[in-house]
Amino acid sequence: MRHYQAIIIGGGSAGLSAAVTLKDRGIEDILVLEKDREPGGILEQCIHNGFGLQRFKEQLSGPAYAERYIKMAEERNVKIKLNSMVIKLTPDRKVEYVNSEEGDVTVSADAVILAVGCYERSRGAINIYGTRPSGVYTAGQAQKYLNMNGYVVGRKVFILGSGDIGLIMARRMTLEGATVVGVAELMPYSNGLPRNMKQCLEDFNIPLYLSHTVTNIFGKDRLEGIELSEVDDKRNPIKGSEKYFDVDTLLLSVGLIPENHLADEAGIEMDPVTRGPKVDENYMTSIDGIFACGNGLHVHDLVDFVSLQAERAAEGAARYLSDGKSEAGVITLRNGSNVSYTVPKYIHKDAKINTEVFFRASRPMDKASLTVSCGDRLIRKLARRKVMPSEMDRVMITAKDLKDLDGDIVISMEENA
Amino acid sequence: MTENKELICINCPMGCRLNVTIEDGRVTEVTGNTCPRGREYALKEAVDPMRILTSTVRIEGAVHRVLPVISDGEIPLRQMFEAMAEIKKIDVRAPIKEGDIVLHDILGSGVNIIASRTMDRVD
Repeated sequence: MRHYQAIIIGGGSAGLSAAVTLKDRGIEDILVLEKDREPGGILEQCIHNGFGLQRFKEQLSGPAYAERYIKMAEERNVKIKLNSMVIKLTPDRKVEYVNSEEGDVTVSADAVILAVGCYERSRGAINIYGTRPSGVYTAGQAQKYLNMNGYVVGRKVFILGSGDIGLIMARRMTLEGATVVGVAELMPYSNGLPRNMKQCLEDFNIPLYLSHTVTNIFGKDRLEGIELSEVDDKRNPIKGSEKYFDVDTLLLSVGLIPENHLADEAGIEMDPVTRGPKVDENYMTSIDGIFACGNGLHVHDLVDFVSLQAERAAEGAARYLSDGKSEAGVITLRNGSNVSYTVPKYIHKDAKINTEVFFRASRPMDKASLTVSCGDRLIRKLARRKVMPSEMDRVMITAKDLKDLDGDIVISMEENA
Repeated sequence: MTENKELICINCPMGCRLNVTIEDGRVTEVTGNTCPRGREYALKEAVDPMRILTSTVRIEGAVHRVLPVISDGEIPLRQMFEAMAEIKKIDVRAPIKEGDIVLHDILGSGVNIIASRTMDRVD
């Protein structure tokens, strides 16, 4: 069995960034396994601009952003196996993959980095009542058909969910000549970035229905129409509020979930909120030598942070390869009030690095105080403005902060008047 | 005549909420911006909104049927559909390099439509 220093599962934004960092840290014998026929991952279908402002101080399209990393990987002779689908990961870091040239192959590594991305919630995940005609797509699926295969999937479109992909597709379909009759959002606030609300909906006068959801689907072969209902504060449809729209296409932008099957089967401890693995400050999961990063760990709103996080996971893997794992105890990061999750979930007490924690607020707040505390001890207090669950936040916990801590660290957001 | 407009800056994911005061068709005050780009955006946005356009063009001999393209500068929002009609007329052949111009000076705006990725020739 071929043995590598490190194997990276996934050749998208996280995988490429992790590979580049490993090479730069002197980890030479690495392999990237990518299921698609080219590297780049989901960025290749995200043809809109807005990527790279943090990373490259430029506004790039998704494919252009990917190309920068593909070039960096090429310059460093990163070995990428394309058309290779990983079907199994074991706790002793054996990786089984299949492709049409080699068949079914098992390889092993001292470190494995999961850079597997995420998948879209579909109609089945949200149980929309009605018939089962064609014309109901997830937004990302329609995006791939349009931007990579060159097919416009419909002429009269309704979009459920105000996530960024849904908003981007509203504009893209409109520019392609389709009529987008509306976007509905179950929550009383939008889930997309404010700038996408502006440039994708307002620019084209596309109405947004907040606190609304699709409650029925009509049509025998092709979608003929949908029923839209207002929902109450418990998100239950209100009888008598039904509106009907004649559309041939319904796009669903109703959430993304880390692609967690490999990790789950390997027995890695998972976070029920993010639905990705629980990791420590080195991005190592509950299994020694297996690391996770990117949208396969938790869903990000900016690719720039995926690249950044993958770098850190690769640095964690490089440290593990040279020094082994920390035997010190861990401090758990707990979600305080108005915080839905934190990544990482654990920090070793002897951590020598500063840990930047990614987290999300659980509801919108105009002004808030962000606190990091341990028991009675307040480690950090910071002011925040215009807090949105759709915008990921970050806070630093330094190695110094960890000194003499006794107990868990709690991250909270309190709304200020 | 004085008019107040609320705008959302689209320069970056911060999405700053801007307040713009317009007097006789001219912007006299911008507040709410965090950086100079916000002010620049507000000045244009209140008068004639400008946008980057991204789309695809047909490509032959490549791994995909379409090539993603992007405008190398902003074009007026009011001309988006005209610009799309121009882009629809284009056919390109692989190989194409990122940054290659596929359409010069779209609608006389001085802005070019360029390839936003490389696509090699595959036979």
